[in-house]
Amino acid sequence: MKSLIAALVMLGLCGPAAAADTGLATGDLGLVVERATGSALVIDRSDRAAIGRIEGLGDLSHASVTYGPDERFAYVFGRDGGLTKIDMLTRTIAKRILQAGNSIGGAISDDGRLIAVSNYEPGGVRVFDADTLDLVADIPLNSKTIGLVDAPGRRFVWSTWDSGEAWMADFSGPDMVLTKLGDVGKNPFDAVLTDDAQTYLIGLFGEKGVTAIDLWDDHPEPVRFLKDYGKTDDDLPVYKMPHLQGWAFTQGQYVLPAVGQHELLWVDRGTLQEVARTPMHGQPVFIIAQPASPYVWVNFATPLNDTVQVVDSRSHQVVRTLTPGAAILHMEFAPRGAEVWLSARDDDKVVVIDTRSFETLAEIPAESPSGIFFTARAHRTGL
Amino acid sequence: MPSLWPLLAGALLVPGLPALAEVAPDRAGRLEHMVIQDCGSCHGLTMKGGLGPALTPDRIAHAEPEGLALIILDGVPGTAMPRWRPVLSEEEALWIARYLKGDTE
Repeated sequence: MKSLIAALVMLGLCGPAAAADTGLATGDLGLVVERATGSALVIDRSDRAAIGRIEGLGDLSHASVTYGPDERFAYVFGRDGGLTKIDMLTRTIAKRILQAGNSIGGAISDDGRLIAVSNYEPGGVRVFDADTLDLVADIPLNSKTIGLVDAPGRRFVWSTWDSGEAWMADFSGPDMVLTKLGDVGKNPFDAVLTDDAQTYLIGLFGEKGVTAIDLWDDHPEPVRFLKDYGKTDDDLPVYKMPHLQGWAFTQGQYVLPAVGQHELLWVDRGTLQEVARTPMHGQPVFIIAQPASPYVWVNFATPLNDTVQVVDSRSHQVVRTLTPGAAILHMEFAPRGAEVWLSARDDDKVVVIDTRSFETLAEIPAESPSGIFFTARAHRTGL
Repeated sequence: MPSLWPLLAGALLVPGLPALAEVAPDRAGRLEHMVIQDCGSCHGLTMKGGLGPALTPDRIAHAEPEGLALIILDGVPGTAMPRWRPVLSEEEALWIARYLKGDTE
């Protein structure tokens, strides 16, 4: 798309600032969080290039991004409580608020009208109008909140780190309905919703086990499984908390990062029984399914984070070990899986790798890149 | 900068930790990077906290560097703070503790 803009500029048809009026599209754009400089790089997936940078986004450690349904506006959730709405066409900040002292992530409702933010300080969840960023609901819970996801029907689900509970807020009616889904276990560290929006899976740090909640059920109850899963004091130190947003769901299985062990755990989705373990290079952080394939890609916690491994979900075997750069923090696939973009924080670059040949297709300079978020996320539930 | 003498005196009281936290300049640079980027995963890039508590100089003003170094090396059982002894030497942990408190050359 960059070349088109350049052509239009040369023809005198528009300047870059007028890009919003030219009918240019955002479907192949994305943002790369530059965590140390409080900026985000705007990238063009088709051109495999950076096409702009947005600055002034605050403390972006653990920042994440969601997109509105028309893929024009991005919502950036910063560590410092900042919620920034970015216009992907004009590459400018449309609106920015400081909604809390310390936050951890967010989600957008299925109709694109509500933005929910998960906060550490003060604890709880706040919900905002996606257009204006005006406060719609404040749900203080006296606990750090984690694992916030959107569920169909203007609903949000999250868990609480300190009190070990799961909650749902339903905005489908005139008044918000808040429901406690149950006690889920000690210190849930992250949670994820399956792609069919049925099962909300919660990983525990403070005790062994995973908790599942069936959101298709009218009266959902937490169910504990994999009771030898999780962290104990005898385990290896966990230098980075695993993320479950990318928990892969392939071949009728869940693939879970062992916590405190250098392993993947494979669980049968129907029986919730462990079916296999795969020894890995380090503490898994993200396990992400390569779209339209049997493969999952795994990155690791420091100090073993120069490596990425590819695992076949049929054989549970590592089929490829790559060393694409220093401190690989995140992986984002092209929506149909042809290539993966990896952030190499300590090499100050984003690396684009072909998922069939494993060849490096491009390297894009970026300042301490962490999360990579393509606009195609706009159409996925639970992100 | 505060006088080093109280720090040194404190260090003598803690067996097993070196009295001086000497690290080479290039290693110090890597440690600073590690604090900002890796410790920052939980404590925030600006050490204002996250899953882990805030570690700004005012918040840890009451803590001795040697005590902080031991927390870094051995972790805090029952919390998400891991033991960094497999990754860091005692000198390096003490350097980080002083860095967090603002006691750097």
